[in-house]
Amino acid sequence: MSVTQILFWFLSVIALFGALMVVTAKNPVYSVLWLIATFFAISGHYILLNAQFLAVVNIIVYAGAIMVLFLFVIMLMNLSKESEPQKNRWLKIAGAVAGGCLLLVLIAALKDADLKQSEAMVNVGNIGLIKNLGKELFTTYVIPFEISSVLFLSAMVGAIVIGKKD
Amino acid sequence: MYLLTIDLWMLLGKAILIVAIIGLSFFIAMYTTYAERKVAAFMQDRLGPNRAGPFGILQPLADGGKLFFKEEIIPLTSNKFLFLLGPALAMITALVTSSVIPWAAPFQMGNGTVIPMQVADVDMGILIVFAIVSIGVYGIMIGGWASNNKFSLLAAIRGASQMISYELPMGLALIAVLLMTGSLKMSAIVGYQMEHGWNIIYQPLGFIIFFVCALAECNRTPFDLAEAENELNFGYHQEYSSMKLGFYLFAEYINMFISSAVMATIYLGGYDIPFVNEASWGLSPFWMSFISFGVLMAKISFFLFVFLWIRWTIPRFRYDQLMNLGWKKLVPLALVNMLITAAVILYLNK
Repeated sequence: MSVTQILFWFLSVIALFGALMVVTAKNPVYSVLWLIATFFAISGHYILLNAQFLAVVNIIVYAGAIMVLFLFVIMLMNLSKESEPQKNRWLKIAGAVAGGCLLLVLIAALKDADLKQSEAMVNVGNIGLIKNLGKELFTTYVIPFEISSVLFLSAMVGAIVIGKKD
Repeated sequence: MYLLTIDLWMLLGKAILIVAIIGLSFFIAMYTTYAERKVAAFMQDRLGPNRAGPFGILQPLADGGKLFFKEEIIPLTSNKFLFLLGPALAMITALVTSSVIPWAAPFQMGNGTVIPMQVADVDMGILIVFAIVSIGVYGIMIGGWASNNKFSLLAAIRGASQMISYELPMGLALIAVLLMTGSLKMSAIVGYQMEHGWNIIYQPLGFIIFFVCALAECNRTPFDLAEAENELNFGYHQEYSSMKLGFYLFAEYINMFISSAVMATIYLGGYDIPFVNEASWGLSPFWMSFISFGVLMAKISFFLFVFLWIRWTIPRFRYDQLMNLGWKKLVPLALVNMLITAAVILYLNK
């Protein structure tokens, strides 16, 4: 096994285990911390694909900013396992069935796709480096990029409007 | 010598460099605590620590010994694992940032092998610093929450919101620099400044914004609201004792050291020697790296002194003043600075 393969399996195990712990952990603070661990593992995968910018931005934005806000809310509301409402058993079964159906659909959709033919390019290609990525974003994909920035601006304005309402 | 296609000699070199940098960080942080007490004493017309060793030079060791031998108390109602994780995270994130800073000119061995004095010269460079700084919030938040104490929790939330708020103008001030240098690589930023002069000349406003934000990121006075003792007893580390408290206090000094190094690298030319063309001296690369390392250290020491100077001169901000300064003054200023820089570069390149 090459180093890349070892790292891939190592990161995959962490990512999957962390994701499982997010949903099974009783304490919501632990859930958030496991989610952060999962984000780190996924960033590791991005680095394996030489998408360095994506990896670092994933950590800055998701692990560093959004998860902090999650923690803020959970810590201030002081959610703990005692106060968590027990869900109805039928609701749990319904949830499991719905999740299983989604999994089935995803597998069915991906089974015949071309994805299984093409292998991930590991350690090669430099489209993930910031210069190439920036050029792509501001030439080929400039319209979706700018539209999404307008979306963010409107979200910010919305947050301020809601925050100002007394 | 190859195993799993990794060059083991490179690994060994990097390991030595990492150990050296971490040792250096600890050493500088130790003596920054000493310098802090001496500077405070000087400004308040006192003598400062002068009992342990000549001029009190062994005082940091005595402080460390005291912290190690203190009784370790973990509150019964605290969350044990997270209570331990908090200071550990604070320490790790403080130390990891040093990995992308170029500490000296490349070191040349007798047989001609060149060893860069930088653990990782990655394409993302300065962004890695920002990623780790944004992770540093968790050390404070987890520690404050796990203490199960209202004051700690309030302080932790204050500290975290302060750090998140000041990351924004910091990043915006940095964008102006990146527009000029055209690269995120730390080595490329230093190289650019060697050719064109230091960034502080072109970006004085950006430098001031960056410096103010660095003060806030390190939780230093006048922005040390997370440990405002008259409102919050002792802040987020109130329940901590022994070396766990030591980790929090020490991480602050390491953060100061590393942020001084980052500022020196981005704005003051890194290991560049000012006013001279050192290449014309004809010195061997071996000595060049020593001299350049000394120059970088001198710049860092200057910044550290300014940090201490500010702490003993300026009183603490109120919380609403802090948020006003961050969001209503620094962010617009940094945006204007970025736009002007972009316009000037566009005009010059036309």
